[in-house]
Amino acid sequence: MPTHERPHSSKSKSASSGAADDQETEEVESATRNEELDADVDALLDEIDDVLEENAEEFVRGFVQKGGE
Amino acid sequence: MTVHRVMGIETEYGISVPGKPHVNSMLASSQVVNAYPTRINTGGRTRWDYDEEQPLRDARGYDMTRAEADPSQLTDEDLGLANVILTNGARLYVDHAHPEYSTPEVTNPFDAMLWDAAGERVMRRATELASATPGGYQLQLYKNNTDNKGASYGTHENYLMSRTTPFSSIVRGLTPFFVTRQIMTGSGRVGLGQDGSSAGFQLSSRADFFEVEVGLETTIKRPIINTRDEPHADPEKYRRLHVIVGDANMSQVATYLKMGTTALVLALLEAGQLPEDWVPRDPVAELHAVSHNWQLDHLITLADGRKLTAIQLQWDYHDAAAKFVDDRWGSDVDEQTRDVLERWSDVLDRLENNPTSLADTLDWVAKKKLLDGYRSRDSLDWSSPRLQLVDLQYSDIRADKGLAHRLEQRGSLARLVDDKRIAAAEQSPPRDTRAWFRGNCIARFADSIAAASWDSVIFDLPDHKALQRVPTIDPLRGTAEHVGDLLDRVGTAEELVRVLTAN
Repeated sequence: MPTHERPHSSKSKSASSGAADDQETEEVESATRNEELDADVDALLDEIDDVLEENAEEFVRGFVQKGGE
Repeated sequence: MTVHRVMGIETEYGISVPGKPHVNSMLASSQVVNAYPTRINTGGRTRWDYDEEQPLRDARGYDMTRAEADPSQLTDEDLGLANVILTNGARLYVDHAHPEYSTPEVTNPFDAMLWDAAGERVMRRATELASATPGGYQLQLYKNNTDNKGASYGTHENYLMSRTTPFSSIVRGLTPFFVTRQIMTGSGRVGLGQDGSSAGFQLSSRADFFEVEVGLETTIKRPIINTRDEPHADPEKYRRLHVIVGDANMSQVATYLKMGTTALVLALLEAGQLPEDWVPRDPVAELHAVSHNWQLDHLITLADGRKLTAIQLQWDYHDAAAKFVDDRWGSDVDEQTRDVLERWSDVLDRLENNPTSLADTLDWVAKKKLLDGYRSRDSLDWSSPRLQLVDLQYSDIRADKGLAHRLEQRGSLARLVDDKRIAAAEQSPPRDTRAWFRGNCIARFADSIAAASWDSVIFDLPDHKALQRVPTIDPLRGTAEHVGDLLDRVGTAEELVRVLTAN
Protein backbone atom coordinates (compact mmCIF):
# COMPACT_ATOMS: atom_id res chain seq x y z
CA MET A 1 0.00 0.00 0.00
CA PRO A 2 1.42 3.39 -0.96
CA THR A 3 1.77 5.89 1.84
CA HIS A 4 -0.98 8.49 1.70
CA GLU A 5 -0.17 12.03 2.57
CA ARG A 6 -2.98 13.56 4.51
CA PRO A 7 -2.48 17.30 4.74
CA HIS A 8 -6.16 17.60 5.78
CA SER A 9 -5.84 15.47 8.92
CA SER A 10 -2.73 17.28 10.13
CA LYS A 11 -4.51 20.57 9.47
CA SER A 12 -7.59 19.47 11.38
CA LYS A 13 -5.63 18.24 14.36
CA SER A 14 -3.49 21.38 14.74
CA ALA A 15 -1.73 21.48 18.09
CA SER A 16 -2.97 24.04 20.61
CA SER A 17 -0.55 26.65 21.90
CA GLY A 18 -0.79 25.16 25.38
CA ALA A 19 -1.03 28.47 27.26
CA ALA A 20 -3.44 28.15 30.17
CA ASP A 21 -5.26 31.46 29.64
CA ASP A 22 -5.77 30.61 25.96
CA GLN A 23 -7.43 27.42 27.01
CA GLU A 24 -9.68 29.26 29.45
CA THR A 25 -10.76 31.74 26.79
CA GLU A 26 -11.50 28.86 24.48
CA GLU A 27 -13.64 27.16 27.09
CA VAL A 28 -15.65 30.30 27.78
CA GLU A 29 -16.10 30.86 24.08
CA SER A 30 -17.24 27.32 23.51
CA ALA A 31 -19.71 27.54 26.42
CA THR A 32 -21.19 30.70 24.87
CA ARG A 33 -21.33 28.98 21.52
CA ASN A 34 -23.13 26.01 23.09
CA GLU A 35 -25.71 28.31 24.68
CA GLU A 36 -26.26 29.99 21.34
CA LEU A 37 -26.66 26.56 19.74
CA ASP A 38 -29.19 25.51 22.40
CA ALA A 39 -31.17 28.71 21.85
CA ASP A 40 -31.09 28.06 18.13
CA VAL A 41 -32.38 24.50 18.57
CA ASP A 42 -35.14 25.72 20.91
CA ALA A 43 -36.29 28.30 18.37
CA LEU A 44 -36.12 25.67 15.64
CA LEU A 45 -38.23 23.18 17.61
CA ASP A 46 -40.82 25.85 18.46
CA GLU A 47 -41.19 26.53 14.76
CA ILE A 48 -41.38 22.84 13.85
CA ASP A 49 -43.96 22.19 16.62
CA ASP A 50 -46.32 24.50 14.75
CA VAL A 51 -46.14 22.57 11.47
CA LEU A 52 -45.88 18.94 12.64
CA GLU A 53 -48.91 16.84 11.70
CA GLU A 54 -51.44 16.23 14.48
CA ASN A 55 -51.54 12.85 16.18
CA ALA A 56 -48.10 11.53 15.29
CA GLU A 57 -48.85 7.88 16.06
CA GLU A 58 -51.90 7.67 13.80
CA PHE A 59 -50.28 9.69 11.03
CA VAL A 60 -47.17 7.53 10.95
CA ARG A 61 -49.23 4.33 11.08
CA GLY A 62 -51.30 5.57 8.12
CA PHE A 63 -48.27 6.10 5.87
CA VAL A 64 -48.27 2.77 4.04
CA GLN A 65 -46.49 2.38 0.70
CA LYS A 66 -46.17 -0.32 -1.89
CA GLY A 67 -42.63 -1.20 -2.98
CA GLY A 68 -41.39 0.45 -6.10
CA GLU A 69 -38.57 0.63 -8.65
CA MET B 1 -10.95 13.22 -15.69
CA THR B 2 -13.52 15.66 -14.33
CA VAL B 3 -17.01 15.58 -12.82
CA HIS B 4 -18.47 16.11 -16.31
CA ARG B 5 -20.30 13.26 -18.04
CA VAL B 6 -23.85 12.48 -19.15
CA MET B 7 -25.95 11.71 -16.08
CA GLY B 8 -29.43 11.89 -14.58
CA ILE B 9 -31.56 11.10 -11.52
CA GLU B 10 -34.86 9.18 -11.27
CA THR B 11 -36.94 9.69 -8.14
CA GLU B 12 -40.00 7.75 -7.01
CA TYR B 13 -42.03 9.72 -4.51
CA GLY B 14 -43.91 8.29 -1.56
CA ILE B 15 -47.62 9.07 -1.92
CA SER B 16 -50.38 9.05 0.66
CA VAL B 17 -53.85 10.30 1.37
CA PRO B 18 -53.87 11.06 5.10
CA GLY B 19 -56.73 9.28 6.85
CA LYS B 20 -57.13 6.86 3.93
CA PRO B 21 -54.27 4.34 4.12
CA HIS B 22 -55.97 1.88 1.73
CA VAL B 23 -56.34 4.18 -1.26
CA ASN B 24 -55.22 2.55 -4.54
CA SER B 25 -51.74 4.01 -4.93
CA MET B 26 -51.61 3.49 -8.71
CA LEU B 27 -54.78 5.51 -9.13
CA ALA B 28 -53.56 8.18 -6.75
CA SER B 29 -50.21 8.36 -8.60
CA SER B 30 -51.98 8.61 -11.97
CA GLN B 31 -54.06 11.43 -10.57
CA VAL B 32 -50.88 13.36 -9.76
CA VAL B 33 -49.24 12.77 -13.15
CA ASN B 34 -52.43 13.54 -15.09
CA ALA B 35 -52.93 16.79 -13.20
CA TYR B 36 -49.66 18.28 -14.36
CA PRO B 37 -50.22 20.65 -17.28
CA THR B 38 -47.69 19.34 -19.78
CA ARG B 39 -48.59 22.02 -22.28
CA ILE B 40 -50.29 25.27 -21.54
CA ASN B 41 -53.51 26.03 -23.49
CA THR B 42 -53.91 22.66 -25.19
CA GLY B 43 -54.78 19.15 -24.20
CA GLY B 44 -51.74 17.86 -26.05
CA ARG B 45 -49.94 15.30 -23.90
CA THR B 46 -47.05 13.39 -25.34
CA ARG B 47 -46.78 9.72 -24.53
CA TRP B 48 -43.71 7.61 -23.95
CA ASP B 49 -42.23 5.46 -26.73
CA TYR B 50 -41.24 2.06 -25.30
CA ASP B 51 -39.49 0.74 -28.41
CA GLU B 52 -35.97 1.17 -27.04
CA GLU B 53 -36.61 -0.12 -23.53
CA GLN B 54 -34.70 -3.26 -22.54
CA PRO B 55 -35.16 -3.66 -18.79
CA LEU B 56 -33.94 -7.27 -18.82
CA ARG B 57 -30.62 -6.55 -20.57
CA ASP B 58 -27.83 -7.45 -18.17
CA ALA B 59 -24.46 -5.64 -18.15
CA ARG B 60 -22.72 -8.98 -17.65
CA GLY B 61 -23.70 -9.84 -21.23
CA TYR B 62 -26.97 -11.76 -21.34
CA ASP B 63 -30.73 -11.19 -21.25
CA MET B 64 -33.10 -12.54 -18.65
CA THR B 65 -36.13 -14.15 -20.30
CA ARG B 66 -39.48 -12.50 -19.70
CA ALA B 67 -40.77 -15.73 -18.14
CA GLU B 68 -37.95 -15.69 -15.57
CA ALA B 69 -38.58 -12.10 -14.63
CA ASP B 70 -40.61 -10.92 -11.68
CA PRO B 71 -43.65 -9.01 -13.06
CA SER B 72 -42.34 -5.85 -11.37
CA GLN B 73 -39.26 -5.95 -13.66
CA LEU B 74 -41.29 -5.61 -16.85
CA THR B 75 -41.15 -1.84 -16.92
CA ASP B 76 -41.59 -1.61 -20.69
CA GLU B 77 -45.17 -2.90 -20.64
CA ASP B 78 -47.46 0.04 -21.11
CA LEU B 79 -50.30 -0.62 -18.69
CA GLY B 80 -52.06 2.52 -19.73
CA LEU B 81 -50.50 4.30 -16.76
CA ALA B 82 -49.87 7.99 -17.01
CA ASN B 83 -46.55 8.69 -18.70
CA VAL B 84 -45.62 12.04 -20.23
CA ILE B 85 -42.66 14.11 -21.35
CA LEU B 86 -42.21 17.67 -20.16
CA THR B 87 -40.95 20.79 -21.86
CA ASN B 88 -37.75 20.57 -19.80
CA GLY B 89 -37.02 17.20 -21.40
CA ALA B 90 -37.88 15.20 -18.26
CA ARG B 91 -40.19 12.20 -17.99
CA LEU B 92 -43.10 12.20 -15.53
CA TYR B 93 -44.89 8.89 -15.03
CA VAL B 94 -46.35 6.27 -12.76
CA ASP B 95 -43.91 3.50 -11.94
CA HIS B 96 -45.57 0.64 -10.06
CA ALA B 97 -47.33 2.47 -7.26
CA HIS B 98 -45.49 5.78 -7.19
CA PRO B 99 -45.30 8.97 -9.20
CA GLU B 100 -41.80 9.19 -10.66
CA TYR B 101 -39.76 11.96 -12.26
CA SER B 102 -36.66 11.34 -14.36
CA THR B 103 -34.49 14.40 -14.94
CA PRO B 104 -33.53 15.22 -18.50
CA GLU B 105 -30.00 14.13 -19.44
CA VAL B 106 -27.50 16.61 -18.01
CA THR B 107 -23.70 16.81 -18.28
CA ASN B 108 -22.64 17.66 -14.73
CA PRO B 109 -23.58 17.22 -11.04
CA PHE B 110 -24.74 20.80 -10.57
CA ASP B 111 -27.29 20.46 -13.36
CA ALA B 112 -28.36 17.05 -12.04
CA MET B 113 -29.10 18.72 -8.69
CA LEU B 114 -30.93 21.61 -10.41
CA TRP B 115 -33.20 19.48 -12.61
CA ASP B 116 -33.83 17.11 -9.69
CA ALA B 117 -35.02 20.10 -7.66
CA ALA B 118 -37.16 21.07 -10.67
CA GLY B 119 -38.73 17.61 -10.44
CA GLU B 120 -39.73 18.25 -6.86
CA ARG B 121 -41.37 21.46 -8.04
CA VAL B 122 -43.19 19.53 -10.78
CA MET B 123 -44.51 17.07 -8.18
CA ARG B 124 -45.54 19.89 -5.82
CA ARG B 125 -47.54 21.65 -8.52
CA ALA B 126 -49.07 18.40 -9.82
CA THR B 127 -50.13 17.42 -6.30
CA GLU B 128 -51.72 20.81 -5.63
CA LEU B 129 -53.65 20.63 -8.90
CA ALA B 130 -54.70 17.00 -8.34
CA SER B 131 -55.90 17.73 -4.82
CA ALA B 132 -57.90 20.75 -6.08
CA THR B 133 -59.80 18.59 -8.61
CA PRO B 134 -63.41 18.12 -7.48
CA GLY B 135 -63.73 14.65 -6.00
CA GLY B 136 -59.94 14.15 -6.07
CA TYR B 137 -57.98 12.73 -3.16
CA GLN B 138 -56.18 15.11 -0.81
CA LEU B 139 -52.72 13.88 -1.70
CA GLN B 140 -49.36 14.30 -0.01
CA LEU B 141 -46.00 13.44 -1.54
CA TYR B 142 -42.74 12.59 0.17
CA LYS B 143 -39.27 12.59 -1.34
CA ASN B 144 -38.10 9.61 0.71
CA ASN B 145 -37.41 5.90 0.24
CA THR B 146 -39.39 3.88 2.76
CA ASP B 147 -42.67 3.72 4.67
CA ASN B 148 -40.75 2.24 7.63
CA LYS B 149 -42.99 -0.83 7.43
CA GLY B 150 -40.94 -2.92 5.02
CA ALA B 151 -41.57 -1.20 1.68
CA SER B 152 -38.90 0.72 -0.20
CA TYR B 153 -38.94 2.71 -3.42
CA GLY B 154 -35.99 4.09 -5.24
CA THR B 155 -33.91 7.09 -6.12
CA HIS B 156 -31.72 5.97 -9.00
CA GLU B 157 -28.70 7.68 -10.51
CA ASN B 158 -27.58 7.11 -14.09
CA TYR B 159 -24.12 7.71 -15.47
CA LEU B 160 -23.01 7.14 -19.06
CA MET B 161 -19.76 5.19 -19.09
CA SER B 162 -17.29 3.93 -21.63
CA ARG B 163 -18.14 0.41 -22.82
CA THR B 164 -14.45 -0.49 -22.75
CA THR B 165 -14.25 -0.43 -18.93
CA PRO B 166 -14.72 -4.07 -17.84
CA PHE B 167 -17.80 -4.54 -15.68
CA SER B 168 -15.81 -6.59 -13.16
CA SER B 169 -13.54 -3.60 -12.49
CA ILE B 170 -16.62 -1.38 -12.03
CA VAL B 171 -17.93 -3.80 -9.41
CA ARG B 172 -14.57 -3.96 -7.59
CA GLY B 173 -13.96 -0.22 -7.72
CA LEU B 174 -17.43 0.99 -6.86
CA THR B 175 -18.56 -1.42 -4.15
CA PRO B 176 -16.35 0.07 -1.39
CA PHE B 177 -17.33 3.57 -2.52
CA PHE B 178 -21.05 2.77 -2.28
CA VAL B 179 -20.61 1.05 1.08
CA THR B 180 -19.06 4.25 2.48
CA ARG B 181 -20.47 7.29 0.62
CA GLN B 182 -23.63 7.14 2.76
CA ILE B 183 -21.73 9.04 5.48
CA MET B 184 -22.21 12.06 3.13
CA THR B 185 -25.24 11.13 1.08
CA GLY B 186 -27.47 9.35 3.63
CA SER B 187 -30.77 11.05 4.38
CA GLY B 188 -31.05 9.60 7.87
CA ARG B 189 -33.70 7.21 9.14
CA VAL B 190 -35.46 6.55 12.45
CA GLY B 191 -35.67 2.77 12.84
CA LEU B 192 -33.40 -0.16 12.05
CA GLY B 193 -34.17 -3.12 9.79
CA GLN B 194 -36.32 -3.15 6.65
CA ASP B 195 -39.53 -2.64 8.63
CA GLY B 196 -37.83 -0.16 10.97
CA SER B 197 -39.04 -2.14 13.97
CA SER B 198 -35.76 -1.97 15.93
CA ALA B 199 -35.32 1.35 17.69
CA GLY B 200 -32.44 3.58 16.65
CA PHE B 201 -31.13 6.04 14.08
CA GLN B 202 -29.16 5.24 10.95
CA LEU B 203 -27.46 7.25 8.22
CA SER B 204 -29.22 5.83 5.16
CA SER B 205 -32.90 5.24 4.46
CA ARG B 206 -32.03 2.61 1.84
CA ALA B 207 -29.12 0.55 3.18
CA ASP B 208 -31.18 -2.09 5.02
CA PHE B 209 -33.03 -3.00 1.80
CA PHE B 210 -29.88 -4.23 0.04
CA GLU B 211 -29.33 -7.97 0.18
CA VAL B 212 -26.84 -8.97 -2.53
CA GLU B 213 -23.63 -7.57 -4.06
CA VAL B 214 -24.42 -7.66 -7.79
CA GLY B 215 -27.63 -8.28 -9.73
CA LEU B 216 -30.23 -7.18 -12.25
CA GLU B 217 -33.17 -6.79 -9.87
CA THR B 218 -34.29 -3.49 -8.38
CA THR B 219 -37.46 -4.58 -6.60
CA ILE B 220 -36.40 -7.84 -4.96
CA LYS B 221 -33.00 -9.05 -3.69
CA ARG B 222 -31.69 -5.51 -4.26
CA PRO B 223 -28.00 -5.44 -5.27
CA ILE B 224 -25.34 -2.85 -4.30
CA ILE B 225 -24.24 -2.88 -7.97
CA ASN B 226 -27.14 -3.06 -10.41
CA THR B 227 -26.41 -4.64 -13.77
CA ARG B 228 -29.26 -3.20 -15.84
CA ASP B 229 -27.59 -2.39 -19.15
CA GLU B 230 -29.74 -0.14 -21.29
CA PRO B 231 -27.55 2.72 -22.46
CA HIS B 232 -30.12 4.77 -24.41
CA ALA B 233 -27.06 5.58 -26.54
CA ASP B 234 -24.77 3.69 -28.92
CA PRO B 235 -24.35 0.34 -27.11
CA GLU B 236 -21.01 -0.28 -28.84
CA LYS B 237 -19.51 2.79 -27.18
CA TYR B 238 -21.43 3.22 -23.95
CA ARG B 239 -23.00 1.55 -21.01
CA ARG B 240 -25.36 3.31 -18.62
CA LEU B 241 -24.44 2.63 -15.02
CA HIS B 242 -27.73 2.38 -13.15
CA VAL B 243 -27.12 3.11 -9.46
CA ILE B 244 -29.94 2.07 -7.14
CA VAL B 245 -28.15 2.20 -3.79
CA GLY B 246 -28.61 5.94 -3.10
CA ASP B 247 -31.03 7.86 -0.88
CA ALA B 248 -33.43 10.57 -1.97
CA ASN B 249 -31.80 13.79 -0.80
CA MET B 250 -33.59 16.95 0.22
CA SER B 251 -30.30 18.84 0.67
CA GLN B 252 -29.13 20.33 -2.60
CA VAL B 253 -25.52 20.04 -1.45
CA ALA B 254 -25.96 16.32 -0.68
CA THR B 255 -27.41 15.66 -4.15
CA TYR B 256 -24.60 17.65 -5.78
CA LEU B 257 -21.92 15.79 -3.78
CA LYS B 258 -23.54 12.41 -4.45
CA MET B 259 -23.42 12.94 -8.21
CA GLY B 260 -20.08 14.75 -8.22
CA THR B 261 -18.06 12.34 -6.10
CA THR B 262 -19.53 9.32 -7.92
CA ALA B 263 -18.66 10.88 -11.30
CA LEU B 264 -15.07 11.38 -10.13
CA VAL B 265 -14.76 7.78 -8.99
CA LEU B 266 -16.12 6.60 -12.36
CA ALA B 267 -13.50 8.73 -14.13
CA LEU B 268 -10.81 7.10 -11.97
CA LEU B 269 -12.16 3.67 -12.85
CA GLU B 270 -12.31 4.37 -16.58
CA ALA B 271 -8.71 5.58 -16.51
CA GLY B 272 -7.62 2.51 -14.52
CA GLN B 273 -6.30 4.86 -11.84
CA LEU B 274 -7.77 3.44 -8.65
CA PRO B 275 -4.60 2.82 -6.67
CA GLU B 276 -5.72 -0.34 -4.89
CA ASP B 277 -8.46 -2.77 -4.05
CA TRP B 278 -10.64 -1.82 -1.07
CA VAL B 279 -13.39 -4.44 -1.41
CA PRO B 280 -14.82 -5.37 2.00
CA ARG B 281 -14.87 -9.02 3.05
CA ASP B 282 -18.69 -8.83 3.36
CA PRO B 283 -19.96 -5.77 1.43
CA VAL B 284 -23.65 -6.21 2.26
CA ALA B 285 -23.05 -6.59 5.99
CA GLU B 286 -20.68 -3.58 5.92
CA LEU B 287 -23.25 -1.46 4.02
CA HIS B 288 -25.69 -2.09 6.88
CA ALA B 289 -23.03 -1.64 9.58
CA VAL B 290 -21.84 1.71 8.20
CA SER B 291 -25.42 2.95 7.99
CA HIS B 292 -26.16 1.89 11.58
CA ASN B 293 -23.06 3.64 12.91
CA TRP B 294 -23.79 7.37 13.09
CA GLN B 295 -20.83 7.62 15.49
CA LEU B 296 -18.72 6.96 12.37
CA ASP B 297 -16.16 4.77 14.18
CA HIS B 298 -17.10 1.34 12.81
CA LEU B 299 -14.13 -0.53 11.32
CA ILE B 300 -14.83 -2.11 7.94
CA THR B 301 -12.94 -5.36 7.38
CA LEU B 302 -11.49 -5.53 3.88
CA ALA B 303 -10.98 -8.76 1.94
CA ASP B 304 -7.23 -8.50 2.63
CA GLY B 305 -7.85 -8.20 6.37
CA ARG B 306 -7.18 -4.47 6.80
CA LYS B 307 -9.64 -2.52 8.95
CA LEU B 308 -10.65 1.03 8.00
CA THR B 309 -13.42 3.45 8.93
CA ALA B 310 -15.84 4.70 6.27
CA ILE B 311 -14.24 8.16 6.57
CA GLN B 312 -10.76 6.73 5.94
CA LEU B 313 -11.99 4.86 2.86
CA GLN B 314 -13.67 8.02 1.55
CA TRP B 315 -10.38 9.90 2.10
CA ASP B 316 -8.62 7.24 0.02
CA TYR B 317 -11.06 7.77 -2.85
CA HIS B 318 -10.86 11.55 -2.47
CA ASP B 319 -7.06 11.56 -2.44
CA ALA B 320 -6.85 9.34 -5.52
CA ALA B 321 -9.29 11.61 -7.39
CA ALA B 322 -7.55 14.82 -6.25
CA LYS B 323 -4.17 13.47 -7.29
CA PHE B 324 -5.41 12.35 -10.67
CA VAL B 325 -7.15 15.67 -11.37
CA ASP B 326 -4.03 17.55 -10.30
CA ASP B 327 -1.71 15.40 -12.46
CA ARG B 328 -3.98 15.78 -15.46
CA TRP B 329 -5.12 19.42 -15.17
CA GLY B 330 -3.09 21.20 -12.51
CA SER B 331 -4.43 24.74 -12.13
CA ASP B 332 -6.41 24.44 -15.40
CA VAL B 333 -9.02 22.27 -13.67
CA ASP B 334 -12.60 23.35 -14.40
CA GLU B 335 -14.49 25.22 -11.70
CA GLN B 336 -17.05 22.52 -10.89
CA THR B 337 -14.50 19.70 -10.56
CA ARG B 338 -12.43 21.89 -8.23
CA ASP B 339 -15.54 22.78 -6.22
CA VAL B 340 -16.65 19.13 -5.80
CA LEU B 341 -13.15 18.11 -4.65
CA GLU B 342 -13.01 20.99 -2.14
CA ARG B 343 -16.45 20.31 -0.72
CA TRP B 344 -15.73 16.57 -0.52
CA SER B 345 -12.57 17.24 1.46
CA ASP B 346 -14.30 19.81 3.71
CA VAL B 347 -17.17 17.40 4.47
CA LEU B 348 -14.79 14.53 5.34
CA ASP B 349 -12.74 16.85 7.51
CA ARG B 350 -15.86 17.92 9.43
CA LEU B 351 -17.18 14.37 9.71
CA GLU B 352 -13.89 13.52 11.39
CA ASN B 353 -13.71 16.50 13.70
CA ASN B 354 -17.06 18.19 14.13
CA PRO B 355 -19.92 16.33 12.42
CA THR B 356 -22.65 18.48 13.96
CA SER B 357 -21.26 21.46 12.02
CA LEU B 358 -22.68 19.76 8.90
CA ALA B 359 -26.29 20.24 10.06
CA ASP B 360 -26.70 22.91 7.36
CA THR B 361 -25.17 20.67 4.67
CA LEU B 362 -26.03 16.97 4.94
CA ASP B 363 -29.52 15.50 5.32
CA TRP B 364 -28.72 12.92 7.98
CA VAL B 365 -26.98 15.51 10.18
CA ALA B 366 -29.76 18.08 9.72
CA LYS B 367 -32.39 15.45 10.54
CA LYS B 368 -30.47 14.15 13.53
CA LYS B 369 -30.12 17.65 14.95
CA LEU B 370 -33.92 18.00 14.92
CA LEU B 371 -34.41 14.51 16.38
CA ASP B 372 -31.82 15.08 19.13
CA GLY B 373 -33.54 18.37 19.94
CA TYR B 374 -36.86 16.57 20.46
CA ARG B 375 -35.22 13.71 22.33
CA SER B 376 -33.64 16.03 24.82
CA ARG B 377 -36.46 18.60 25.15
CA ASP B 378 -39.31 16.09 25.40
CA SER B 379 -37.34 13.09 26.75
CA LEU B 380 -38.32 10.89 23.80
CA ASP B 381 -36.67 7.59 22.95
CA TRP B 382 -36.00 6.34 19.40
CA SER B 383 -39.25 4.34 19.28
CA SER B 384 -41.36 7.47 19.77
CA PRO B 385 -43.94 8.03 16.97
CA ARG B 386 -43.16 11.74 17.18
CA LEU B 387 -39.57 11.08 16.08
CA GLN B 388 -40.84 8.86 13.26
CA LEU B 389 -43.10 11.72 12.21
CA VAL B 390 -40.16 14.16 12.16
CA ASP B 391 -38.30 11.64 9.97
CA LEU B 392 -41.25 11.34 7.56
CA GLN B 393 -42.17 15.00 7.47
CA TYR B 394 -38.57 16.03 6.79
CA SER B 395 -39.21 14.81 3.23
CA ASP B 396 -42.74 16.30 2.81
CA ILE B 397 -42.41 18.27 -0.44
CA ARG B 398 -44.75 21.10 0.59
CA ALA B 399 -42.93 24.38 1.15
CA ASP B 400 -44.87 25.22 4.33
CA LYS B 401 -45.04 21.74 5.90
CA GLY B 402 -41.89 19.98 4.76
CA LEU B 403 -39.27 20.22 7.51
CA ALA B 404 -36.27 20.33 5.16
CA HIS B 405 -37.92 23.22 3.33
CA ARG B 406 -38.59 24.99 6.61
CA LEU B 407 -34.92 24.58 7.45
CA GLU B 408 -34.00 26.05 4.05
CA GLN B 409 -36.31 29.02 4.55
CA ARG B 410 -34.77 29.93 7.92
CA GLY B 411 -31.25 29.53 6.55
CA SER B 412 -30.54 26.35 8.51
CA LEU B 413 -30.05 24.19 5.39
CA ALA B 414 -27.82 25.55 2.64
CA ARG B 415 -29.06 25.95 -0.92
CA LEU B 416 -27.06 26.07 -4.14
CA VAL B 417 -29.93 27.31 -6.32
CA ASP B 418 -32.87 29.58 -5.52
CA ASP B 419 -36.56 29.14 -6.43
CA LYS B 420 -36.30 31.36 -9.48
CA ARG B 421 -33.63 29.20 -11.05
CA ILE B 422 -35.55 26.02 -10.18
CA ALA B 423 -38.72 27.46 -11.73
CA ALA B 424 -36.82 28.13 -14.96
CA ALA B 425 -35.52 24.53 -14.97
CA GLU B 426 -39.09 23.29 -14.56
CA GLN B 427 -39.89 24.82 -17.95
CA SER B 428 -36.64 24.65 -19.93
CA PRO B 429 -34.29 21.79 -20.80
CA PRO B 430 -30.52 21.83 -20.30
CA ARG B 431 -28.84 23.36 -23.35
CA ASP B 432 -26.04 20.85 -23.73
CA THR B 433 -27.75 17.48 -24.31
CA ARG B 434 -30.39 16.00 -26.63
CA ALA B 435 -32.95 16.98 -23.96
CA TRP B 436 -32.76 20.42 -25.59
CA PHE B 437 -34.23 19.05 -28.83
CA ARG B 438 -36.83 16.88 -27.06
CA GLY B 439 -37.99 19.61 -24.68
CA ASN B 440 -38.22 22.29 -27.34
CA CYS B 441 -40.14 19.96 -29.66
CA ILE B 442 -42.64 19.29 -26.85
CA ALA B 443 -42.89 22.99 -26.05
CA ARG B 444 -43.54 24.00 -29.65
CA PHE B 445 -45.00 21.04 -31.51
CA ALA B 446 -46.76 18.88 -28.89
CA ASP B 447 -49.84 18.54 -31.10
CA SER B 448 -47.73 16.96 -33.86
CA ILE B 449 -45.83 14.51 -31.62
CA ALA B 450 -47.19 10.98 -31.25
CA ALA B 451 -44.63 9.76 -28.75
CA ALA B 452 -41.11 10.39 -27.54
CA SER B 453 -38.45 8.71 -25.42
CA TRP B 454 -34.80 9.23 -24.48
CA ASP B 455 -33.71 8.09 -27.95
CA SER B 456 -36.40 9.43 -30.26
CA VAL B 457 -39.11 11.95 -30.99
CA ILE B 458 -41.94 10.56 -33.15
CA PHE B 459 -43.97 13.00 -35.22
CA ASP B 460 -47.50 12.41 -36.50
CA LEU B 461 -47.90 14.77 -39.45
CA PRO B 462 -50.99 15.31 -41.61
CA ASP B 463 -49.05 15.09 -44.90
CA HIS B 464 -47.37 11.78 -43.98
CA LYS B 465 -49.16 8.44 -43.76
CA ALA B 466 -46.47 6.90 -41.58
CA LEU B 467 -45.22 8.26 -38.28
CA GLN B 468 -41.90 10.10 -38.67
CA ARG B 469 -39.33 8.92 -36.13
CA VAL B 470 -36.41 11.26 -35.42
CA PRO B 471 -33.75 9.20 -33.62
CA THR B 472 -31.72 10.91 -30.88
CA ILE B 473 -29.29 8.10 -30.09
CA ASP B 474 -26.36 10.39 -29.20
CA PRO B 475 -27.01 12.17 -25.87
CA LEU B 476 -24.63 14.97 -26.83
CA ARG B 477 -26.32 15.85 -30.12
CA GLY B 478 -29.56 17.79 -30.39
CA THR B 479 -28.06 20.47 -28.13
CA ALA B 480 -28.80 24.20 -28.32
CA GLU B 481 -25.52 24.64 -30.16
CA HIS B 482 -26.39 21.85 -32.57
CA VAL B 483 -30.08 22.48 -33.36
CA GLY B 484 -30.80 25.89 -31.80
CA ASP B 485 -30.60 27.75 -35.12
CA LEU B 486 -32.68 25.13 -36.90
CA LEU B 487 -35.42 25.29 -34.25
CA ASP B 488 -35.42 29.09 -34.47
CA ARG B 489 -35.74 28.91 -38.23
CA VAL B 490 -38.64 26.48 -38.63
CA GLY B 491 -42.23 27.48 -37.94
CA THR B 492 -43.96 24.11 -37.94
CA ALA B 493 -43.30 20.45 -37.16
CA GLU B 494 -43.68 19.66 -40.90
CA GLU B 495 -40.89 22.09 -41.70
CA LEU B 496 -38.67 20.69 -38.96
CA VAL B 497 -39.10 17.09 -40.14
CA ARG B 498 -38.58 18.14 -43.76
CA VAL B 499 -35.24 19.77 -42.95
CA LEU B 500 -34.11 16.89 -40.73
CA THR B 501 -34.98 14.18 -43.26
CA ALA B 502 -33.52 16.14 -46.21
CA ASN B 503 -29.97 15.60 -44.92
